[in-house]
Amino acid sequence: MKIDIKWHEVEIGAIVKEPGSASEYKTGDWRSEVPVRDNEKCIKCGICYIFCPEGCIYRTEDGYFDANLYYCKGCGICAYECPRGVIRMIEEKKE
Amino acid sequence: MMEDMNPVLVTTDELLAPGHRACQGCGEALAVRLVCKALGRDTIIVNATGCIEIISSALPQTSWRVPWIHTLFENVGAVVSGIESAYKVLERKGKRKRRKITFAGFAGDGGTADIGIQALSGALERGHNILFCCFDNEAYMNTGIQRSSSTPYGAATTTSPAGKRSIGQMTWKKDMPEIAVAHGIPYVATACPSFPIDLMRKVRKGAMIEGPAYIHILSQCPTGWRQPPNLTIEVGRLAVETGVFPLYEVERGEYRLNFDRYPLKPVREYLMKQGRFRHLTDEVVEEIQRKVNEKYEKLREKAGLK
Repeated sequence: MKIDIKWHEVEIGAIVKEPGSASEYKTGDWRSEVPVRDNEKCIKCGICYIFCPEGCIYRTEDGYFDANLYYCKGCGICAYECPRGVIRMIEEKKE
Repeated sequence: MMEDMNPVLVTTDELLAPGHRACQGCGEALAVRLVCKALGRDTIIVNATGCIEIISSALPQTSWRVPWIHTLFENVGAVVSGIESAYKVLERKGKRKRRKITFAGFAGDGGTADIGIQALSGALERGHNILFCCFDNEAYMNTGIQRSSSTPYGAATTTSPAGKRSIGQMTWKKDMPEIAVAHGIPYVATACPSFPIDLMRKVRKGAMIEGPAYIHILSQCPTGWRQPPNLTIEVGRLAVETGVFPLYEVERGEYRLNFDRYPLKPVREYLMKQGRFRHLTDEVVEEIQRKVNEKYEKLREKAGLK
């Protein structure tokens, strides 16, 4: 979807016809620290999943959790709240 | 319900799509996400102006996967009751099949306690079958941290700055849940996203109860509370454990404390985690402690714990 729209391209009443279209928007580049996991310690409790304000943590097929780095803003809540210290925040390197 | 016991069993349906523009570690975005999870897809959301509206609906995109309408600060109560009544009429005339839909009004503390209180009071008084959620981040955060009537005593904001002659906010926080209780509505509750399962249970209960329900949700704001983003959950937890923001529900006039760890932690632990309180002297902290204790004792009395 085009983000830069002109005034005459706006729908009447500024209606947005596509639900959840903000998920195209990349918030991942706001991040300065990236969460890194050590799944050996993980007990699959789901605390990181429930406390993520982005809703970007999803369950992988083997039952562990992982953050979708396209959206992760790097707030560090998951690392702080994890009861087992599975998640660490490390500085992100530019590639 | 099973999912009430375990975060892993909570639905993975994200009705507030990721990609919203909330600050890092936003407690309000988390609260809205959890509320939407609890409400499910059969919901119509009426949203007052405020952080939530700004972060979720940057034209031409939207984060919402449920029907959503933006209203002004002052009329969210009126719009949500109008939509509820319109659906009732359509059902009565047989133009729509009868189906359980939740009509939810979302507003910040400005849209609830300051500007929107008149329309909200009207909606509660008329007894519409609505659920009103107040996301209380204790100031007008979206316009740049101006004080509201919900700002706690002693907090520094841009319009109540702390300095030599001022301790910050000079008045005590408006007790909005008690105002809602005074309307005699069937369900009033306070919640905090640091206790997600409790929050979701309350939202679901409020949506199921026939008649108006009011839920007051403390939404931590790392930007306005001047706290590191990763402490969001911790600060909310301390607010509850110190008694600054007790979790309780009032069902048809009957109080129940949901989290009562007595004796309480000292409020200093909560205050000193946040930059907006860091200027407070010992006397002011003492004063806040006295007030918190007094209010908490009253609440325990109402809940029949004394």
